[in-house]
Amino acid sequence: MNMQAEHFSKVANSENFFRKLLSLAGVFIIVILLAILFTLFISSFPAIRTFGIYFFSGSTWDPVRSEFGALPFLMGTLATSLLALAISIIFSLPISIFLGEYFTQGGKATFIKSMIELLAGVPSVIYGFWGLFVMAPLVRKLELSLGVAPLGVGIFTASLILAIMIIPYSASLAREVISLVPADLKEAAYSLGATRLEVIQKVILPYAKSGIIAGILLSLGRALGETMAVTMVIGNRNSIPNSIFSPANTLASIIANEFTEATDSIYLASLVELALVLFLVTTFLNTLGKWIIHRMAVNR
Amino acid sequence: MQKTFKIITILFILLGFGQIGLTAEKELLGAGATFPYPLYSKMFDVYQKEFGVKVNYQAIGSGGGIRQLINKTVDFGGSDAIMSEKDQAEAGGPILHIPICAGAVVITYNLPGSPQLKFTPDIIGDIFLGKIKKWNDRRLQEINPGTNLPDMNITVVHRSDGSGTTFIFSDYLSKVSNEWRGQVGKGTSLKWPTGIGGKGNPGVAGLVQQTPGSIGYVELIYALQNKMPYGMVKNKKGNYIQANLKSTTLAANTALPDDMKVSLTDTDSPDGYPISGFTWLLVFQEQDYARKSKEKAKELVKLLWWMTHEGQVHAEPLHYAPLSPKAAEKTEKLIKSISYKGSSLIQ
Amino acid sequence: MESYSVKRRIFYDKLFKAIIVFLTFCSILPLFFILFFITSKGISMINWDFLTQLPKPVGEWGGGISNALIGTFLLVIIASIFSIPIGILTGIFLSEYRNGQLAYLTRLCTEILQGIPSIVIGIIAYIWLVIPLGSFSALSGGIALGLMMLPVIIMATEETLKLIPDSLREASLALGVSYPRTVLKVILPAGFSGIITGILLGTARIAGETAPLLFTAFGSPYMNYNILKPINSLPLVIFNYASSPYPEWHKLAWGASLVLIILTLILNLFTKLVTKKWKIQF
Repeated sequence: MNMQAEHFSKVANSENFFRKLLSLAGVFIIVILLAILFTLFISSFPAIRTFGIYFFSGSTWDPVRSEFGALPFLMGTLATSLLALAISIIFSLPISIFLGEYFTQGGKATFIKSMIELLAGVPSVIYGFWGLFVMAPLVRKLELSLGVAPLGVGIFTASLILAIMIIPYSASLAREVISLVPADLKEAAYSLGATRLEVIQKVILPYAKSGIIAGILLSLGRALGETMAVTMVIGNRNSIPNSIFSPANTLASIIANEFTEATDSIYLASLVELALVLFLVTTFLNTLGKWIIHRMAVNR
Repeated sequence: MQKTFKIITILFILLGFGQIGLTAEKELLGAGATFPYPLYSKMFDVYQKEFGVKVNYQAIGSGGGIRQLINKTVDFGGSDAIMSEKDQAEAGGPILHIPICAGAVVITYNLPGSPQLKFTPDIIGDIFLGKIKKWNDRRLQEINPGTNLPDMNITVVHRSDGSGTTFIFSDYLSKVSNEWRGQVGKGTSLKWPTGIGGKGNPGVAGLVQQTPGSIGYVELIYALQNKMPYGMVKNKKGNYIQANLKSTTLAANTALPDDMKVSLTDTDSPDGYPISGFTWLLVFQEQDYARKSKEKAKELVKLLWWMTHEGQVHAEPLHYAPLSPKAAEKTEKLIKSISYKGSSLIQ
Repeated sequence: MESYSVKRRIFYDKLFKAIIVFLTFCSILPLFFILFFITSKGISMINWDFLTQLPKPVGEWGGGISNALIGTFLLVIIASIFSIPIGILTGIFLSEYRNGQLAYLTRLCTEILQGIPSIVIGIIAYIWLVIPLGSFSALSGGIALGLMMLPVIIMATEETLKLIPDSLREASLALGVSYPRTVLKVILPAGFSGIITGILLGTARIAGETAPLLFTAFGSPYMNYNILKPINSLPLVIFNYASSPYPEWHKLAWGASLVLIILTLILNLFTKLVTKKWKIQF
């Protein structure tokens, strides 16, 4: 009897320990995230205190005079990301309809799916390398024919590369969303004599609309944070871009370029503040997007 | 399955940590300027073959070298820029500038036919200020009468990272152009009025190479190694000088302060190249910091001594000007002043 | 009249399908361009010397990427050691405590962590590890990569374990097996293929990451097995050499790119094989 009680209490102890361990693991992640937020905040505090809200409206990035304004990078980031998003939708929406409606199973589906996965698997630095040596000369030719400065690098090139990079991401999101459309809704439309196109136009897309918007938000979040490929083809110019072919810098690329050498604390703090902005914006977009999709999945 | 996993993990940790005792002393870490990188890369390769000491130097730009030295994450920093008062103060201890060699910042460009061009100081200033926008501008054509300059836009290429090469170049422009001094100033990272940015000397050279009609500034060896044309620059005495070993050495032949923190730009020498500069290795004078051992400090001093003596033979083949006897003398004094807990590390 | 408008509708329908198919195939064209380009430029570089030699000084022909290969390998190992145990445990936690407050927060934080741009992770690793340790190191680079791998493993583990029916757990507990044993020896092995998939996918993702390594691993021209020292890696090689003006370095970068792409492809293929062979269907 004693041994049995001992055995059971041992088991209970090990179970308790194990459960606590699991909870600890959960807490660990929360702690890490909070630590990241905290670190970013503390390290950027000197800049926040010095520039305040004018950090975001300032268009001067002058390390010599310690004047730092983030506007050029906000614009560069917005310009490249939005343009990339627009270009990629032209391709990712068809892909998602292709895989979600027309070819959900079978050889063609597997082929396309694998190709898209491979596209997503190519490392960012290789995209940048390819962009610099293949896309940039092509864009240069285009610029020469348009009479614009033949830089080859700039917002346009960066957006093109970025678009190719987020196509897989936005395509798989859209496909997930399209597959959430209830079958009986579609069947009802078909039984009324609608063509495929009409079902897509009038049933699937309206139903999946919020999900697709969520997918757009998530892709935007992904595009904003993309660093290596953009850094290699964006032209590295710290002023507000004035045309689609202008060189520019994004939040991510300016950090990559200047972080290792920020030689005084305001400079460093300003760069970390840019990272903080990046963190907050991408977190916001990701959370919002996931919430919309979650709601869509729950409500069906 | 789990047991093997545990064993592998422990083995790896042992492997990783086990190396510390064995190799830490025989390795030095440096970071900084891309300006002298071809020379350092050669020197460190030779040094490793001869003495077995690995010197890991990452060319991240002078700004990076200064920052990492202040952060004490590297043993020495490479910089063609003289440290600012602010940075010196932040470092917490005196930092010595040990000159290794002198180099030239050349104006390289990408034009059909790669013609040999001449530039005057004010023209260079105005091009990089964005005021001269076309290659066939009247002023450029005037000083290059024999060349048919094309009707192309000038694309300025500058550094996107913190650069000592930029420092030398902007130091020169600040001396020869009032407008430049007022509008942009001198430093390692500038607010460029125009142009696109490349990372490191290699990045700028790469962009100029690929962009027709572009103009940029790089260290001489980068233009030579990539067979890119570079311009002759009119110096203070009115002569058009081609950047080479001789003209750089002449520019370095100037009054040298004891701490060797001197600018060589806009030289008084009649045949000196006006956009020259020293490149330094930055080290803390007092080496007892961040748990550094005396052996390691000794290795560093040995390296510095070698680089400024036997290692100098590698400079000329790569078109860097070696230290003159006068400069070498002052440099020796500087190296001898490096101390560990107050006592000198070299006799 | 009626048949005319039906014909029109059918026409649009067919046209639409054609456009969709066309655009879909167009969008995978870049993949072929990239693969073709890298292969044609890089294949000439791949030889035994390339894979086993160290890089040569600037301007000298030859050299290889041996230290970068070892470096990538070491970084992945460090990242795995950091992220796999914690990741699996957290994944188990999320699948066991599906609806608790803590689980909700953990899940939220995992998703946020997954979305953090890699350059921000690099900054964090610099502040947390490089400055206190006083040196750039493989360790800091590995942990940065580990932070990025963590959410992938957590989510893969949770998803896999969620699919395992409760009956398995209940049967084991009913037989008197203790809870920890049930989880570790019954449930976890059942979800083995999914977890391995997560690990492989995480590995494939971080093997090509460059941004977090810029301020942590730092790069090195030498072979290095010491995790407290800087280390080279394939993506760093590609980044540094691609932005240079030296044709020799460009060629090295092409070769390195080819190696990296092949590595990524192999990992992806492996993932598919694992899923097919070891997936336990319920």
